[in-house]
Amino acid sequence: MKHMTHLQRLEAESIFIIREAAASAENPVMLYSIGKDSAVMLHLAMKAFKPGKPPFPLLHVDTTWKFREMIEFRDRRAKELGLDLIVHTNQEGLRAGINPFASGSRVHTDVMKTEALKQALDKYKFDMAFGGARRDEEKSRAKERVFSLRTPEHRWDAKNQRPEPWRLFNTRKKKGESFRVFPLSNWTEQDVWDYIAIENIPVVPLYFAAPRPIVRRDGALIMRDDDRMELRPGESVETMMVRFRTLGCYPLTGAVESGAASLDDIIAEMRSSRVSERQGRVIDQDSGASMEEKKQEGYF
Amino acid sequence: MTSSLNARRLPDEADLAQGSPSAALEDETFAGPAPDAATGGEVVDPQAGMHPLVSPAASLLRFITCGSVDDGKSTLIGRLLFETNSVFDDQMEALKRDSKKFGTTGEDLDFALLVDGLSAEREQGITIDVAYRYFSTGNRAFIIADTPGHEQYTRNMATGASQAELAIILVDARKGILPQTRRHSFITSLVGIKSVIVAINKMDLVDYSEERFEEIRRGYQAILPALGFTDVTFVPVSAKAGDNIAARSPRTPWYRGETLLERLETVEPETFDAGAEPFRLPVQWVNRPNLDFRGFSGSIVGGKVAKGDAIVALPSGGRSRVKGVFGPDGEVDGAEAGEAVTITLTDEIDVSRGDVITAADAPAAVSRSFSGDLLWMANRPLIKGGRLIVKIGSAQTPATLSSLDGAIDIHSYEAKPADALTMNEIGRVKLTAERPVVALPYGENRDLGAFILIDPVSNETVALGVVRTVGESEAVAPEGAVAPRSGLGRLADLWLGEAARGSGAHRAEHRQAKIRARIAGSVLVGFLALIFQMPLLLVPVLALLDFLLRPFLAVAFGADRLPEERELDPTVVDEGGGI
Repeated sequence: MKHMTHLQRLEAESIFIIREAAASAENPVMLYSIGKDSAVMLHLAMKAFKPGKPPFPLLHVDTTWKFREMIEFRDRRAKELGLDLIVHTNQEGLRAGINPFASGSRVHTDVMKTEALKQALDKYKFDMAFGGARRDEEKSRAKERVFSLRTPEHRWDAKNQRPEPWRLFNTRKKKGESFRVFPLSNWTEQDVWDYIAIENIPVVPLYFAAPRPIVRRDGALIMRDDDRMELRPGESVETMMVRFRTLGCYPLTGAVESGAASLDDIIAEMRSSRVSERQGRVIDQDSGASMEEKKQEGYF
Repeated sequence: MTSSLNARRLPDEADLAQGSPSAALEDETFAGPAPDAATGGEVVDPQAGMHPLVSPAASLLRFITCGSVDDGKSTLIGRLLFETNSVFDDQMEALKRDSKKFGTTGEDLDFALLVDGLSAEREQGITIDVAYRYFSTGNRAFIIADTPGHEQYTRNMATGASQAELAIILVDARKGILPQTRRHSFITSLVGIKSVIVAINKMDLVDYSEERFEEIRRGYQAILPALGFTDVTFVPVSAKAGDNIAARSPRTPWYRGETLLERLETVEPETFDAGAEPFRLPVQWVNRPNLDFRGFSGSIVGGKVAKGDAIVALPSGGRSRVKGVFGPDGEVDGAEAGEAVTITLTDEIDVSRGDVITAADAPAAVSRSFSGDLLWMANRPLIKGGRLIVKIGSAQTPATLSSLDGAIDIHSYEAKPADALTMNEIGRVKLTAERPVVALPYGENRDLGAFILIDPVSNETVALGVVRTVGESEAVAPEGAVAPRSGLGRLADLWLGEAARGSGAHRAEHRQAKIRARIAGSVLVGFLALIFQMPLLLVPVLALLDFLLRPFLAVAFGADRLPEERELDPTVVDEGGGI
């Protein structure tokens, strides 16, 4: 048998998963969060259906607090690849004035991400949604299935998951139920960056170190991406050389001080890093089982 | 032979505060492009003329850890992650917090808490579900399935084992070989794992006794003949204290073998060689982006394929040749087992999702019945006559349990008569499917020899199993029945369109209906010509020309074919399950 490298095996596995999901779904969609994992997932989807295009649209749940560079990147990529892009925002949440500063990270995430995602899936009746989550990200994700069944209310039942032996995925479901499908389940952060480097996959420039306007707040380095972020007494904006390991809503995403301005630098930095990538995310640190609770409520 | 990894002492507060001494390494190595290069909102060229600093791991090893409850599996994995530098500082801080809160190890870190992620698991101190963990050491990446020891969760252990190339079977040095050790060993062998490491754990609690180690080793060797493992090593370890995990322990001077990590880094697991098989491609997806391209996508599960190869599609039996092979990066000359491909054929033959394209000279068996061994995973018992859905490869079909030939006794490893299988029991069964399925004995092909059973009402996955023997092969259309066709034959096929493809009663019915409809259409044309007072002689000519030529218009506009990507499985209950 031909020797396949670690990344070639991961690539083949992910393509298999994407094809299996697309073939079993009535109305699939790819959750596109604009981050590096989404970039890899999208790249794999393009490969899976060559010379055709992926038979599903992209869906971005826009909280209206994403970095501006992310939005520019999102629109450009969808256009370049000729894919349909659906952007959904929770309008009720917007009208209620929910925002990460006044409402806090928990409420903001619940309303503008979790609720918004459920709204979008219900609105378009998507029955299978691809997500770029990886098992190495977080402990409760380590127990997530590749094809993860959700109730009609979008809840995840951790104790009642279907076994997935070999690669025999059981994609049957009842009316109203849906699946979250994770083609990158077995990838690590390092695999993602190695693959981006080898395959030349475009990513949002925020991953690369550059001088950016930074406010130090609650121990995190927050980039002031627009003037909706009001300075508290004693705070000031400093220009610092930073980059981001994960991307989300800018007020909730901590930057890291770094000089890594190229992919090679990032890979080198990651290999010697002593903190996990999710450390910069404010929402994971509420409690030990924080992510598990969010997943049960319908968070991706 | 020597591992590059050394046992490390547990870090203290000072270590955590200072961070890794190697953290400054990358700044000296690369100056990088101008800092503002990435701020312009332009697409960054990620490679920017450089190659990754360290090449990615060259190989991948998937393994499971299994054994009875409390044998220390989670602790062992936590230890492996720790020794290979795979635990980040923030995770280590959380671990210290959690060790105080839930830990069972007193003042020491409880490594099990690194992997037991669900809150119910942390509260009960047991692993419920399979947890997947990832680490790498220089040239090898590892995926571990940490599987539960509790008998109640055997199905999760079996799931982990089915994807593994090697198993670490943990034995508590104080307790020796337990029923669950035997059960897990059997399931390990059932799913075809050949390479096993028996890690005799908690050596610290038996004073690192060589006698005790030897006693357990002999005990395990006694059950080996029933299991078919071809590569078994025994390592005395203490996951908690770190003995013989990454570094040779001074407390077991009598042990001269490799450490656990050395073994994992160097082992070439004996697995089934799918590359030696004839070509097999279960079709997942028919790729039809435009009229000029009709490809069949899937992952090759046996052998290799190259342009020009003769193939047969099963179960229809249609024959053709390979016109093109497309890998993830575009067209290639050929591809092998393990690769995800799309192939095109020189003839239009009937192939859809669930079919298997195989080498023409070595087709797989196509049968409605097969026998196999299965692990029953549902709360309700499995009884003879039960109706289920079987999934093999990408095919799904309703099936009936036509006979239950016995349940495996995990003490003697022999099949004993049984009327039913209860949860976590392993049985010998025969299944009869409603439609012919393409199957091979598991010993010949891991993908076409493995199946799951699905409850048609609840949709739960209720069993996993392996095919032992395949029933009498159903008639595959004899060679040449579909291709090659003469020029006139092809013209006739085109004229008939979609209805020309395939055989079987419903196809023939469809063909006849189509011809009747066309005759009626042409009579209508003739009738209209009469009404509009065309010369009488021209009326039949017009009708005939319409009859003959109109179907080709459908071909020209591509309206002659059904959209096959969305062809739903007619046997699936109407609950939106899709195929």
